[in-house]
Formats: sequence, structure tokens, C-alpha cells
Amino acid sequence: MIDKKKYILSLENIRKTFPGVTALDNVTFRAEAGEIHALVGENGAGKSTLMKIIAGIYSPDNGSIRLGGNIVEISSPGKAQSLGIGMIHQELALVPYLTVGQNIYLGREPHRYLKAFIDWKKLYNMAEEQLGALKLEVDPKTFVIDIPIAQQQMVEVAKALSINAKIIIMDEPTSALTDKETRILFGVMRSLKEQGITIIYISHRLEEIFEIADRVTVLRDGLHIATSLISDLSQDDIVRMMVGRELGDLYPKNTIPQENCILEVKNLSSGKLLKDINFHLNKGEVLGISGLIGAGRTELARAIFGIDSFDSGEIFIDGTKVSINSPGEAIRMGLGFLTEDRKEQGLFMGMSVRENITIGVLKKFSTFGFPSFRKLKILAGKFIKQMNIRTPNVNQKVKNLSGGNQQKVLIARWLNLNPGILILDEPTRGIDVGAKAEIYALIDRLAGEGVGIILISSELPEIIGISDRIIVIRQGEITGEFTREEVTQDKIMQCAAAGGRYAS
Amino acid sequence: MHLKEADLKDFLRKYSVAMILLIMIIALSLFSWRFLRPSNLINISLQTSIVAIVAIGMTFTILTGGIDLSVGSVVALSGALASGFIVRNGFPLYSAITLALLIGVGIGMLNGLLIVKGNIPPFVATLAVMAIARGLTLVYTQGRPISGMGDDFVYWGSGKIGLLPVPVLILIIVLILSYIVLRHTQFGLYVYAIGGNEETARLAGINNDRSKISVYMISSFTASLAGILLTARLWSAQPNAGVGLELEAIAATVLGGTSLMGGYGGTGGTVAGAFIMGVLANGLNLLEISAYSQRVIKGVIFILAVMFDIYTKKEKKKG
Repeated sequence: MIDKKKYILSLENIRKTFPGVTALDNVTFRAEAGEIHALVGENGAGKSTLMKIIAGIYSPDNGSIRLGGNIVEISSPGKAQSLGIGMIHQELALVPYLTVGQNIYLGREPHRYLKAFIDWKKLYNMAEEQLGALKLEVDPKTFVIDIPIAQQQMVEVAKALSINAKIIIMDEPTSALTDKETRILFGVMRSLKEQGITIIYISHRLEEIFEIADRVTVLRDGLHIATSLISDLSQDDIVRMMVGRELGDLYPKNTIPQENCILEVKNLSSGKLLKDINFHLNKGEVLGISGLIGAGRTELARAIFGIDSFDSGEIFIDGTKVSINSPGEAIRMGLGFLTEDRKEQGLFMGMSVRENITIGVLKKFSTFGFPSFRKLKILAGKFIKQMNIRTPNVNQKVKNLSGGNQQKVLIARWLNLNPGILILDEPTRGIDVGAKAEIYALIDRLAGEGVGIILISSELPEIIGISDRIIVIRQGEITGEFTREEVTQDKIMQCAAAGGRYAS
Repeated sequence: MHLKEADLKDFLRKYSVAMILLIMIIALSLFSWRFLRPSNLINISLQTSIVAIVAIGMTFTILTGGIDLSVGSVVALSGALASGFIVRNGFPLYSAITLALLIGVGIGMLNGLLIVKGNIPPFVATLAVMAIARGLTLVYTQGRPISGMGDDFVYWGSGKIGLLPVPVLILIIVLILSYIVLRHTQFGLYVYAIGGNEETARLAGINNDRSKISVYMISSFTASLAGILLTARLWSAQPNAGVGLELEAIAATVLGGTSLMGGYGGTGGTVAGAFIMGVLANGLNLLEISAYSQRVIKGVIFILAVMFDIYTKKEKKKG
């Protein structure tokens, strides 16, 4: 017999299916009052579905939810709020042209006269107080669109706190935060915990979980694998439970770059974004580009790939000077660019896996403008198998895949074009450790085939683990260059953030 | 340099409408001595008031990210119904007007229900209703104007209180009410929230459906009101009244700084936008440019306004 009273929230035998997928199968999840309970699992393991059930966005097919011992039905997000459950969503869910204060109290505005008129003065006073508690120096009357992403994330936190929640769900709240902001958030989480508030914390960053959480629940493929005190486990234990198998070396490195230079950038400048950038890339080399968010890494990639124009500078491919004015031209010259924003700039979310993988090569498989769908299907099938993309079939819509599998679909599209130079911008952002390992192995294999790879990444272990050479950019300038042998996290950080801080 | 551009965009976003209007007024008063005469200014206000009232309702729908193409037809239908009720059925003035307004609001509700419950995109739903309402007007009037409503009806379009024509006074009242609703009520805030991020609004526990249906009812209400005022001004209900009015109302809204994507803008700007077009038309008349050429110019201005909207909103997304 379990003592149900001990748990402020318990979900018993939850089952939830979507067309073609069982997202959760007989999952039990129990949280105590005043604990920080981490929820981990690979993408597609069912974490988000479980949290959305708690937040009233989905209702379960089967199973029961108890809040403080009483069975409850959480039929809508509004109901969840009134039960004291707040959720901070992974993707920022603020309204851009409303003010910070309006966003915090959206749907719960203090009112006067006939309950229809909003008491703005009271609202902004309350917002000020709420922001003050988070040590966030932002005027509640500014539009959300005018403040940086990191502050927007903290506004989300303020919003969740403002409902006087007893339970707060945080879905990857630190993914857009700097180190310092993460510290502040953790401080807030600890003080909430002291007030008896329960926090359910979802993160892919195991270091964070070990730092902040009391207990952890692991999900895999919609099943409950384990719930345990965090102090009883090691990182390796958690990874093993998440993946369900032993992971080999996370960063394989079997290849060495060749001598011939395939890409050279000379004196590239663009306004204040890029200042006199010089570097080269050899065949089969993995060149890491490190730096703070906003240092100019993505801007550099976009300039090379012909998306944004630049003021001055030269680009040489295989020793020949080239002028690239559009992504189309870049592709014809053998370049590929995996965007950091796969949902907005990479994939056609509403189109199928096959369409996404083969859209770049339609012409090659067409006669008089009519593509051979049979051939395209075979081609897509080949990539699904080769890259271990988990999808029920080639016609599945990409939006129904997990983040890691979406990323593999996008990489497959680029591989289809056989690029000689591939720029990868944050290729593992927001994807789980299993898919990460597969992408690292793929990068190593491509380098072995002679592809030159530029890897832009904010994750230091990753960039150190798989790059042959690393350049560091700060405020649009190259401030350091290291070989694989000499590089350390400290050296990178010093170059990236002299006087500043590293954004992870 | 980057910051400055953002500031410039911000400034333009906020004050461009007022500046354009001011520049036009100065320019026109230099070109033509007749422009600044009180009778001409009152005339502009009177002509603009109908479009401006329609555009205020339109602004509500555009703020939610929608659009209402049926307003021109609703203008004609409500004018015809109010006149018909008086002339054919002998209804008292206020019963006739109230009934016509109610039917107009009902059409707005139909728009809203088609969009919310039928999941039809606003553009398509209101395009269909535009055809339906125009057809109903033609059926009801048999394609002929209705006139002979009497002086008390005509007063609503042609009367004056002091110097102010009645329709201008009503425009001012509608503008003030719309401002209060948008800036001081929960419903108003939700209109912006839905246009800015519908999913967030839903997750905040807001009943989006109710708010969306309401904006179409408001849009139809202002269109009906404008239809009655127009009929009263012309002394007769024309079956083809308000043809193309939706374009003018949308143009006034966009000129006034309301984003076609929704979530940003307001009715004050919309009225200024309507006056820009009114002043422009008046100026072109004074400069003796033909009505046909004026249409071309209006279309061009509309495109420029939308391009301007896109320019000031671009790149704002990046943090």
C-alpha cells in the first residue's frame, strides 16, 4: 500500500494515445510537496505529454489524477490554474505586442466596475512586485517583443509564480538562459521549494538535474522506467535508463583532416556584426566555431551561405574566388547549411518525411517536371534506414516526429545534395542524448568521406569533443584559435567572454 | 547603427500616421486656398465619417488576426432594411433602426460562427457572407432605391449639432467607446492577445471563440450603423451602396498602423488613416484629378501602407 497522502500530486496508470502512437502507457508519476522533481527521458519518451495532462491541455484516455489526495479532473488550462498548477512551456508562449505586465496576468487581470474593466494600476503594481521577487529589472510596461529572449523566459517564470501555484511545471526553462540567469532561476526555485511549492523540472541537461533536483523520474517510449532519489544515481545510470542501452563513446573521432583547403574566408566584414573574419577549412576537417549567443556565429554562417549580404571580404572555394548571392547559388557550389531553427527555417512541418527529405532533389528525379514518386519514396526510405529516423512510414508528417528525428530528417535533406562543405548551426539543440550520439557519429563519418564541416555550437563539451580545430568569436571578431590537442573549456571561455560570461 | 534603425522603426510605428496627415494638410493648404475653409473641412469630416465608422469595427477583426470583407454589403443591407421598415411597414423610426442594427449584428454573428465553429478562414467566410448580404439587399429592394423616409430619419445623416454634422458626432462617440473597450476592458486585452498569439491566449484560459465571435459582431454593428447614416445622408437606400467599402476600411486600418497579422494597433490610428484617405480624395478633387484616376491612386496607397506595415514589423522578432 502506498501512502497517497504523502503525495501532493499523483498520476496513476495514465494512458494516452494519439493516432498511430501510444504516448503514455500505464505511467505512474508521484510528486511530494516541496520537492524539485526532475522528469527525464529522450524526446518522444512522453514527458511533454505527461506534463500537458497535468496542465489540462490533454486529457488522459485512462488513469486517475489525485491532487492532495482527492481525485480531480483537469479539463482545461484554466482549470489547472485554478487548482494551483502553473506551467512554463518550452517554447516561449508570450504575446509579443502585449506588455510584460499584461502577459503575466493574461486571463487573470485584476478588474473593477462590473468585472469588465481592467485595473491597470493594480496590475502593474502586482507585476512590479512579481518581477522584483525574481530580481528582474524590467519595466512591466514594455512590450515583450522589445526585451531579450532570456528576460522573456524569466517573464514566463513570473507568470507561473503569479497564479500562486502549488505545483509549477518547468519544461526546459534554461534552454535560452545564460549561466548567470540560470543561477538566478535556480535560486528562485530553491526559495519556492522552501515555501513548500513543488516543481516538476524537465531538462536535457543532466548536470542541472544533479544540481537542483531532489528526485528524478525516467520515462522511455511512453513507459515509466524508474523514480529515485537523485543522490542514489549517477549520470551514467540515468543515461542508461533513458536510452535503454549502453552508449559507446559519445564523441567518436576516427578521422583526421586532409591537407587541401576547400574553403577560405578572407577579411569578411559586415557592419558591426562581423569584423575582419579570416579562416580556412580543410577537406575532411571539423572546424568548431564557439562564442556567446549573439557573438556573430550564425551571422557568419549566413553571410557565407549567401543569405545575408556583407560589406567586404572574399570567399574562396577550392582555391577559386566565388561570389555567393543566394542560398541557391551556395547549394550549387556544394555548400550546405543546417539552420539552428529547424522549425521556422528548416523543415516544412506540415509536410511528410518523404517530401522534406527529397525536396532539394526533385529536379533530379523528374521527367518533364513530373517527379517519380516511386523513386523519391525509395530514396527517402534509404535515408530513414541509414540515419535511423524513427517514423511509422515515409508519409508521416514531420511535425509528429520528436525533435531528434526532425533534426535527422533535415540533415538527410542536406546529405541528399552531397555537399562538400556542410555548416551545422547548433545541430543538437533540444534533442536527446541518444540522437545526439547518432549525429556525432554521422559528423565523424562525413568527415571521413572528405566533407568539410563547420560546427557552430554553444555546448562546450560537444564542440571540444568533435572538432579538429576551434575558433572563438566575440562581438564579431575572431578572438582565439585552438587545435584539438590544446583546447580546454577555460581557454574558450576566456576568449569568448573576457569580462562577460559564457552562454550555455 | 542597428539600434538606431530599430528606434526609427519604433518611432515610425507609433507616430507616422499623425505625421503623414499633418504633412498632407499643410501641403494641401499651400496648394489650394479652398482646402482650409471651414465648409470644406466639415465636408471632409462628413464624407470620412462613414468609412471611419466601418473601419473602427474592421480594426477589431484585424486586431485578432482576422478580416471582415462583408462590411460593404452589410452597409447596404442595413440601410435598405431600416428604410424599408419605415416606408413599407410603417415602423416607427427607432424601432426600424434598432431592428436593422440587430439584423446587422446577427450577420456578424453568422460570420463569427462560420469562422469559429465552422473553422472557415475569415477571408473565405466573410467573402461568402459579403455575397449573401449583397444578394439579400438586392432581393429586398428588387434592385431599386428606397426613399421617402421622412425628415426625422434624414436628420441622422444631414443634421447638425452646432457646427458638427450628426455622423461626425457619432463617429466621435464610436471612437471613444472603442478606445475604452480596447484599452480598458478584459475583452479588449483579449482581442490583442488572440491576434498576438492565439495559442497562448487559449492556454491562459481565455475563451477565444467568444472573443472572436464578438469582434465580428462589433464589425457588423459599426457597418450597420454606417449604413443607416449613409442612407440618411443620401435620403435614399441604394442597393449598390458600400460596394468596395471593405477595401477602404481595410486601407484605413492598415494606414492607421494596425498590423494585418493582428495583435498590434488601435482605432485612433484607424480614424487618422480614414482621414488621410478622405483628405487625399478631397485634395485630388480640388486639384481636379478625375475620379477614375483617384481609384488607381487609392490602390497604390493601399499597397504602400501594407509595405510600410511589413517594414516596421520586420526583424523585430529577434531578441
